[in-house]
Amino acid sequence: MAALLLRVVPVGSYAGRAHAVVERSALVNRRNWLLVLSGVFEPLFYLFALGIGFGGIVGDLTGPDGHPISYAAYVAPGLLAASAMNGAVHDSTFNIFLKLKYAKVYDAMLATPLGPMDVAFGEISWSLIRGGIYAAGFLAVMAALGLITSPWAVLALPAALLVACGFAAVGVGVATLLRSWQDFDLILLVVMPMFLFSTTFYPITVYPVYIQVAVQCLPLYHGIELMRQLTAGAVGWSALGHAAYFAAMVLVGGWFATRRFGKLLLT
Amino acid sequence: MRPVGLVLEHLWTWYRRNWRATVVSSVLMPLMFLGAMGFGLGSQIRPGPATAGLPYVVYLAPAMLVALAVQVATGESSFPVLGSFKWDQRYFAITSTPVTADQLLTAQAVWVALRVLVSGLAYMAVAALFGAFINVGALLAVPVSVLAGMAFGAWVLALAASVNDEGTTFGNVFRFVVVPMTLFAGTYYPISQLPAWSRPLAWVTPLWHGNELARAVEFGHMDVLTAAGHVGYLLLLTAGGLLLARRRFHVRLKV
Repeated sequence: MAALLLRVVPVGSYAGRAHAVVERSALVNRRNWLLVLSGVFEPLFYLFALGIGFGGIVGDLTGPDGHPISYAAYVAPGLLAASAMNGAVHDSTFNIFLKLKYAKVYDAMLATPLGPMDVAFGEISWSLIRGGIYAAGFLAVMAALGLITSPWAVLALPAALLVACGFAAVGVGVATLLRSWQDFDLILLVVMPMFLFSTTFYPITVYPVYIQVAVQCLPLYHGIELMRQLTAGAVGWSALGHAAYFAAMVLVGGWFATRRFGKLLLT
Repeated sequence: MRPVGLVLEHLWTWYRRNWRATVVSSVLMPLMFLGAMGFGLGSQIRPGPATAGLPYVVYLAPAMLVALAVQVATGESSFPVLGSFKWDQRYFAITSTPVTADQLLTAQAVWVALRVLVSGLAYMAVAALFGAFINVGALLAVPVSVLAGMAFGAWVLALAASVNDEGTTFGNVFRFVVVPMTLFAGTYYPISQLPAWSRPLAWVTPLWHGNELARAVEFGHMDVLTAAGHVGYLLLLTAGGLLLARRRFHVRLKV
């Protein structure tokens, strides 16, 4: 096993010190805690504003099991999946681009005993720690508001991490292609419509059929469907399909990002 | 007047080359929000007392204009102003000529107002094509939105002239003030939907007054005295913010 690992992983690319990278991120963000915490609040603002404000106007919608559910219970899992996406995309594009191109953090790290895999594991771990805190906070509020009706909801936390992981893997790959800050408008142009139109706020049936098909191709749609099934306790086999979409994103994005990083940093 | 015009010309020269970068955030975004919330979610909302009996997208469109104005004013008054003090220090270059700090601030404020105006007109033109505006009176909502934008933007100008750390301040303003304001100050639904104790929080915000006015000029139903009250409050906020910004500009540009 060890021999195989040594052949697959080039010697020196992993020093077993990924925790040092996590520690660095924690140190850097210590003074920035308000901005870090704000990731918890933004989806909550939306939940309160939409759940309570629209509650009296929209009426009940059809839940994943066919029973009517309140608008707050409908929109909450959508916001959970969307915030996992937003956090992961922000972390993996904006922050990585800054460190890669301007702050040269990774060049500095690679000049220490750390290898590229330490850097990758460390950055991913930090991103998942953050995402996990956000998702746990949001789920706690959902539970307190009585929006969780099934023990399946326990799986919503790992599901949120899976969604975040998928977007982060693709995001890191994209970050290595960015040329300047202007390109972030393009990312915004992908993420914002996905947030708004992937059935976060209303059922897919409002669209004509051909738009429905297009929306069903988007990753966030599958994240939201997965989350809705879990928090409503109406889990079917399709949940595996939704999860598989993100597993594929992790694999493809991860493969591409690794290749690009090797090219950018090790030559 | 001429020095103000020269500073404006300088801002325009930069913008003429870089305007494309602002189209996404200042025109496309609000249109996408209008599409998703107004048409998408709106299809689940039957016209009722909460929407003043109107289709939801029509009810939302003028308030979205005001929300856009506040966002553009915030963006245009934050990083560009801080950057002109700190990064390229062009404000110091400008005030080392016969242009005074007051003239510089005037030009900067007028510039913010112009950006808000142009974004608002572009948004309105497209939204009207989709039938989100039903009344010519909606055109009056544009000056209303500029006023509401300035009532908030002037304070951001003062803030940008006061801070020196670009890292977190504006991010926090956006996430903890602008976004909640957009969500809770009557843009998407009347604040009567919220619990009574939270309504005074909306009354303080310029956005709520702008929303009320913008809807009133398109749909009617507001007596003159109430309207004058809203306008007066927005003017007062604008004046207060500009006075504070003036003090901060003078302190920071003093040689």
